[in-house]
Amino acid sequence: MIRTAWLVAAKDLRIERRSRVLLWQVVPFGVMALLLCGLALGPQRAGRSTAAPGLFYIVVLLVTLLMINRSYAVESTPGTRASIATLGLDPAGVFLGKALALCVELWLASAVLLVGSVLFLHTALHGTVLALPSIVVTLGALAGAGTMYGALTTGGNGPATLLPVLCLPAFAPLLIAGERSFSAALYGGALWEWWVISLVALVAYLALGILLYGVLEES
Amino acid sequence: MVDATRPVAELHDAVVFASGFALLSGVDLEVRSSSLTVLVGANGAGKTSLLRLLGGLVGLSQGSAVVLGIDLSSGNRRQLRRRVGWLGHEGSFYDDLTVRENLLFAARVLERPIDNLTTVLARTGLEDRADTTTKQLSAGQRRRLGLAWLLLRRPELWLLDEPYASLDDEGRAFFDDLLGDLVAQGASVVLSAHDPLRSASLSPRTLLMAGGRIVEGQS
Repeated sequence: MIRTAWLVAAKDLRIERRSRVLLWQVVPFGVMALLLCGLALGPQRAGRSTAAPGLFYIVVLLVTLLMINRSYAVESTPGTRASIATLGLDPAGVFLGKALALCVELWLASAVLLVGSVLFLHTALHGTVLALPSIVVTLGALAGAGTMYGALTTGGNGPATLLPVLCLPAFAPLLIAGERSFSAALYGGALWEWWVISLVALVAYLALGILLYGVLEES
Repeated sequence: MVDATRPVAELHDAVVFASGFALLSGVDLEVRSSSLTVLVGANGAGKTSLLRLLGGLVGLSQGSAVVLGIDLSSGNRRQLRRRVGWLGHEGSFYDDLTVRENLLFAARVLERPIDNLTTVLARTGLEDRADTTTKQLSAGQRRRLGLAWLLLRRPELWLLDEPYASLDDEGRAFFDDLLGDLVAQGASVVLSAHDPLRSASLSPRTLLMAGGRIVEGQS
């Protein structure tokens, strides 16, 4: 399982490095969205508003949905699906590999988005750095849940447009926990409690994915 | 491994439904070891569906089907898929990976030795294309990559979906030559085509399909 996971993750990251969809399409989209959020708040309010963590996570959500679709688009032609199916890959390994690749991509995208958050939403640098562990874990949980739901929609014959609707119940608690811990890091509050909730969610989604991914693929 | 004296695949009154539509409506078929079987018929006749059933890529709805000793009504289709090779007429690979990277991925996943990669590339005439990304290949070269993938894997049952589509005369001759070699070496090959094979060097069993059934050529 671990071996398959490494091979799948390396393959997905190599495809991403070569196609540069993340670099030239997804990240610029996220930065533009953050800039628009900053403009919507206005230069006076942006520095004083407590909406920055929520706005950051809304942009992260949009970027995550784009990246999940991208992650499955590379496998989605009928011929590729059939060829890969005949390799008989361990589904748990495929899940872990795809989740790991998606997670790395989200970390990279979020590093840029956090800089954008400091620049456009005027979040305090110290608080943003303090929030990093919780952001890292929340993005990992988003990648785990997103990989599972991606298999249900874009990976099979399901319509990709259903992805946001299906993901919402799984993503909502993660976004709340992420936003709360980011807020706590910026403005004070229960930082670690929310961080632990994200951590528990990460472990739960990884366990579910390892157990259920084969069934989801077959469905 | 399969007993060479036993049929590689045996189907009796095999029916496959998808979304309430019968893709196959009662197929009787026996595929012998070390043989070349050609399924011909118009679009929608059921050729691809029959190949997909033989590869465990779709489930059996009614009837009986045993492929490589695995009963498709009760057996593990994932196990079967690992033992068959699939070549589709559409893209079958990761477009952003090079020819070499695609082949290495398959070989590493299946834990096949990668020493004979050069031999396989030479056999399929792709030596000077080894470091070209797959999306830059012509239709004929992609087909050759598909064969290289299968040569590296050496599956027990080769399923080729319209391998001659959009090939020029040189490409057809290459395929005829390779198919002859494969069958002589003991491979069992089932392929689909719009028309019967023209090659004088091959002596396949040709079955005509229409309406999800084999209507002519059944022995």
